[in-house]
Amino acid sequence: MKKAFVPLAIVTAVMFAYAPIAIARVQYESTMLLVQKIFYFHFATWMALTAAVTVCGVASAIYLFKGTPSADRYAVASAELVAIFGAFGMFSGSLWGRKAWGVWWQWDARLTMAFMLEMVFFGYLLVRKYGGPGAEKLAAAMGIFGAATAPFIYKSVDWWRTVHPQTTVMKTLGDKFPAAWNLVWFCTAAFLLLFVVVLVARVRLEELRAELDRLYLAAEE
Amino acid sequence: MFLKVALLVLKKDLAIEAKSREILYTTLFFAVSCLLIFSVAFVKEGVPAEDAASGILWIALAFSGTLALGRTFERERYGETLRALLMAPASRPAIYIGKLLGMVLLMLATEVVLLPMVAFLFRAPLFARPLMLAELLVLGTVGFASVGTLFAAMLVRTRTRDVLLPILLYPITVPVIIAGVRGTSALVQAPPDEAIATLWIGLLTGFDVVFVTLALWTFEPLMTE
Repeated sequence: MKKAFVPLAIVTAVMFAYAPIAIARVQYESTMLLVQKIFYFHFATWMALTAAVTVCGVASAIYLFKGTPSADRYAVASAELVAIFGAFGMFSGSLWGRKAWGVWWQWDARLTMAFMLEMVFFGYLLVRKYGGPGAEKLAAAMGIFGAATAPFIYKSVDWWRTVHPQTTVMKTLGDKFPAAWNLVWFCTAAFLLLFVVVLVARVRLEELRAELDRLYLAAEE
Repeated sequence: MFLKVALLVLKKDLAIEAKSREILYTTLFFAVSCLLIFSVAFVKEGVPAEDAASGILWIALAFSGTLALGRTFERERYGETLRALLMAPASRPAIYIGKLLGMVLLMLATEVVLLPMVAFLFRAPLFARPLMLAELLVLGTVGFASVGTLFAAMLVRTRTRDVLLPILLYPITVPVIIAGVRGTSALVQAPPDEAIATLWIGLLTGFDVVFVTLALWTFEPLMTE
């Protein structure tokens, strides 16, 4: 992973440099016009968030049952990324909502559940910070439960049928608007790569911290 | 054996509670004071806001439930009895089920008093479909208490447990509260919408299965130091 880090970071940077140009060039969608361009990053953010939630849930479960310290590092790194991607996703969604629905925020099922998921992962970070000794385990439980509720968030929109576009948007987009479809997946790939790069860097930081603690203890003895 | 242990733990909790009735009375009083505070916000010119009753009922339940959860485990911590329980040669999931049953019974006892009070104070026809309402309440209580019991138990060892319990519990149990509130709303409206209520009852059953399974699965490693 360490060897791949620099090339991966470069690829991600290039993709993020090219994405705005491609988004500017692609033709307007017929009903939403300019606003629709938010969709490319909005969708990609939530896909990266899904990846982060999954990694956090799985890593939490591994840590809780096996006690592997590296699993805990992956869990905390991805939990922080969930919080960041979630904040960005809600921000871009809010801009979109202002134009599409005329309001910044709508208490629609999908938005409420996204808000909730964001709260779960802020809760996760709060437990880690203020839980005292053994907080990693408590946070792991939070990560598992948080990841378990995520599918409900995804399905919620299908069950409740509210103003948020249905999850079938992506299925029909490919036939109607192939250029946009390709670009959406390009942006999604860029965000997923960004997730991997930041995750690896963050885990490395956590490893170095653990190593530093160990050295301090060794020096004291 | 599993059931026997669970019932023994339940019996122990009920015996302690029956002696002092401390948690029942304080929880109930707190729930009623919640009603009083909601009346300030949701009653205008003597008339309660439409559709407010179901929300008031469930929020009062969630708040008072948190209080009861904290107190139940505070009692265990005080006597160092949780450690004794965990050291006993009994399966951990059985202990969890016992604690969960005690918690559910306590919350249901609160609901028995709270329900007529909400119906009376906020003029809500809560008893139009008593059976469906009972289903909603029991399933919702199990969903809330299953996560609550697990989190309260694991937080016993931390210093900041009083603050952390609601922080962890509410975001996770919001789906249960949403389902409870929407389902109850469907039942109190005129005429009651049984199809919608059934949908929420199904959803609550799903949440309960997921939450109880996860709690049983994680209780053992979480309670091991």
